[in-house]
Amino acid sequence: MEDNLKRLSRFRRHRAVAPVLLVLALLSIGTTFSVAGAATSGPITAAERSALIEEGKQIFLKGCSSCHGLNAEGAAIAPSLIGVGAASVDFQVATGRMPMADMSQQAMRKAPLYNEREVEALAAYVASLAPGPEIPGEELLNYERDGSVAEGGELFRTNCAMCHNYAGQGGALTRGKYAPTVMGVTPRHIYEAMITGPQSMPVFSDKTITPEEKLSIIKWIKAAEAEPQLGGAALGRVGPVTEGLLAWTLGLGLLVGVAVWLAMKAR
Amino acid sequence: MTARERIAGSVANYVDERTGAAKWMKKNLTKVFPDHWSFLLGEIVLYSFIILLLSGTYLTFWFDPSQREVIYDGSYEPLQGIEMSAAYASTLDISFEVRGGLLMRQIHHWSALIFVAGMVVHLMRVYFTGAFRKPREFNWIIGVGLLTLGIVEGFLGYSLPDDLLSGTGIRIAEAIIQALPVVGSYLAFFAFGGAFPGEAFIPRIYTVHVLLLPGAFLALITVHLMLVWYQKHTQYPGPGRTEKNVVGYPLLPVYMAKAGGFFFIVFGVTAFLGAVASINPVWLFGPYTPAQVTAGSQPDWYMGWLDGLVRMAPPLESYIFGYTISWNILIPALIVPGILFTGLALYPFIESWITGDKREHHLLDRPRNAPNRTALGVMSITFMLVALINGGNDIIATTFDLTINQIMWFSRIGIFVLPPLAFVITKRLCLSLQRADRELVLHGRETGRLVMMPHGEFVEVHEPISPEKAWLLTQHEQVPPLALEEHDASGVRRPKALTNKLRARMSRAHAVAIPKATAEDLKQIENH
Repeated sequence: MEDNLKRLSRFRRHRAVAPVLLVLALLSIGTTFSVAGAATSGPITAAERSALIEEGKQIFLKGCSSCHGLNAEGAAIAPSLIGVGAASVDFQVATGRMPMADMSQQAMRKAPLYNEREVEALAAYVASLAPGPEIPGEELLNYERDGSVAEGGELFRTNCAMCHNYAGQGGALTRGKYAPTVMGVTPRHIYEAMITGPQSMPVFSDKTITPEEKLSIIKWIKAAEAEPQLGGAALGRVGPVTEGLLAWTLGLGLLVGVAVWLAMKAR
Repeated sequence: MTARERIAGSVANYVDERTGAAKWMKKNLTKVFPDHWSFLLGEIVLYSFIILLLSGTYLTFWFDPSQREVIYDGSYEPLQGIEMSAAYASTLDISFEVRGGLLMRQIHHWSALIFVAGMVVHLMRVYFTGAFRKPREFNWIIGVGLLTLGIVEGFLGYSLPDDLLSGTGIRIAEAIIQALPVVGSYLAFFAFGGAFPGEAFIPRIYTVHVLLLPGAFLALITVHLMLVWYQKHTQYPGPGRTEKNVVGYPLLPVYMAKAGGFFFIVFGVTAFLGAVASINPVWLFGPYTPAQVTAGSQPDWYMGWLDGLVRMAPPLESYIFGYTISWNILIPALIVPGILFTGLALYPFIESWITGDKREHHLLDRPRNAPNRTALGVMSITFMLVALINGGNDIIATTFDLTINQIMWFSRIGIFVLPPLAFVITKRLCLSLQRADRELVLHGRETGRLVMMPHGEFVEVHEPISPEKAWLLTQHEQVPPLALEEHDASGVRRPKALTNKLRARMSRAHAVAIPKATAEDLKQIENH
């Protein structure tokens, strides 16, 4: 008994103990959450829905109305949100674009201010004002099953690459606006961006690009994200500018350095 | 005599009896070359050319220069089943199916970037040291021709794979051809064998890229080197170096070893880049179709300045007698480069006209001792840099959180303001350096040692510089400006008075210098 305790106390001071405990704690919290969360999901009742809308309205009044107006009717500095739909709210708020950090050229992606539940409430509230694009459900987003990488690439190059670059790395627009990178964006948000046309982006309706085609685009983006760096360091995948920079600095730099060394007098 | 020497001797004798090479070899293998790192810049270009020939030959074994439509069925999944040209499909095959193909493609492309970059720094060395002066004006022109061909050759290589980026480049080239007034549209139809893109262009530029231009390069490089050989290499000034001798090491064994080793180093650095850094990842661009374009469409760096000039041009167009004249393309893409390259080629003649100097020069100038030339060079580089920066305006905008419009206006104004500013600053810097040289000769090196005199005064001890150093700082000649009087001795106005006036003014500007320290100056100080 004594021995066992001694052995245990020895382990207590082992350097792996803290990380292991941390992982265990996180796992248990995560499991608890997912179990608890699973219980609340499922089809919601009308009463729950109106509670959600009411909650969304309260969040809206606190966090959004100073720019978008008390009834989301818009103002000089922000557009009306009547009819933009739940998809738009989900895209803008869940990717952290709204609320904006400052009144710069365009809202940028950042850590979201509201949690999932709050975003859901906000979306429900804005959707209750007037019909608009809905948040695509999980069953609609099965791009692995319904998309084709090659077709997606072709569609991406035809419709998206002119702003988002051939590899989805993003690019510059006029007056400081820009098309952000599409790498690391969740399929749901990519889909929502296509149907709502946030900021400078046009709307790609289901007539222009069908839902299956949208899934193909998502599948191609995910493939591009996962593509290994064939041929060595990718240099940002932004084209010949970085290549030229490297040729002049590293390439010519090394060669001129060697030339200096070769021409040095032996001492 | 050992057996080995006997065999070597009889082999050499056998060859000599049949070629008579011994005398020529004996003379030329001991030819002396001066030693300086900047004389190796041209070698970087030469070796890159060899690397380009070798790697390019490898690529031709699999490249199919055809715009015939095929369906891709190779191993790169994101493009499977897509329609594309055979040229693009075979480039993908080189990248993914051919053993060593991707490495070879990347070596070829990196080498091309270094090839042109090497030419530019070599040109800068020749320019800033005045190596282009008589008798080397022809070789200068050949050099400018090689640079121009290098840019064209690089652009054709960039265009061959028929990916989205190269197709966009060809589209812009077509627009530039079309911008030629009157004949433009006809020329474009002629070049493309009909309307853009057609099926003729890739096969045609392939022939030019792998046959015509490499042949022209070989011929011009040969003449370029033969002239260097015949006229002997220039050298930097120094004790014992004159206009009539060359101080250095013999070709054999010293330079054979150095140059041979340097070739492998250039190959090594290029292969290293090809192995670790991706260049022109054509599989990401996708096949070219005229309906598509991508953000960040850029040419390779040596065309970037041209792209930058076009990007900053305001939208100007005229309609004259039913013809459209696109000034926004014509001026930045044809007129300005035409003036720049013509001026570059003619510069040796222009300078000799200004200075009236028709003598031979084999000793190089230190850039500070030719302030006007140096300032003009820095001015040109500044112009090119502003244009180049605007060529990458979108990448710069997203990287540094700027707006494209800011960068465009910076370039539009900067292209006029910054080069003259660079001229003035450089000229002043050169004159300041001349002043510092004079100080150094007259008063010696500051040692940083402070000494207190008996009466309490502090003085810094100056140490005289070595005679070699003093020679280097005073060996250059300071030529007075041309005396071009407006009126001749009898008071009659000379013909071409205006030209003479201009020439005299430029000559005066060219001859501005701080008087170098002379022996009398030194004596005066010593007596002092």
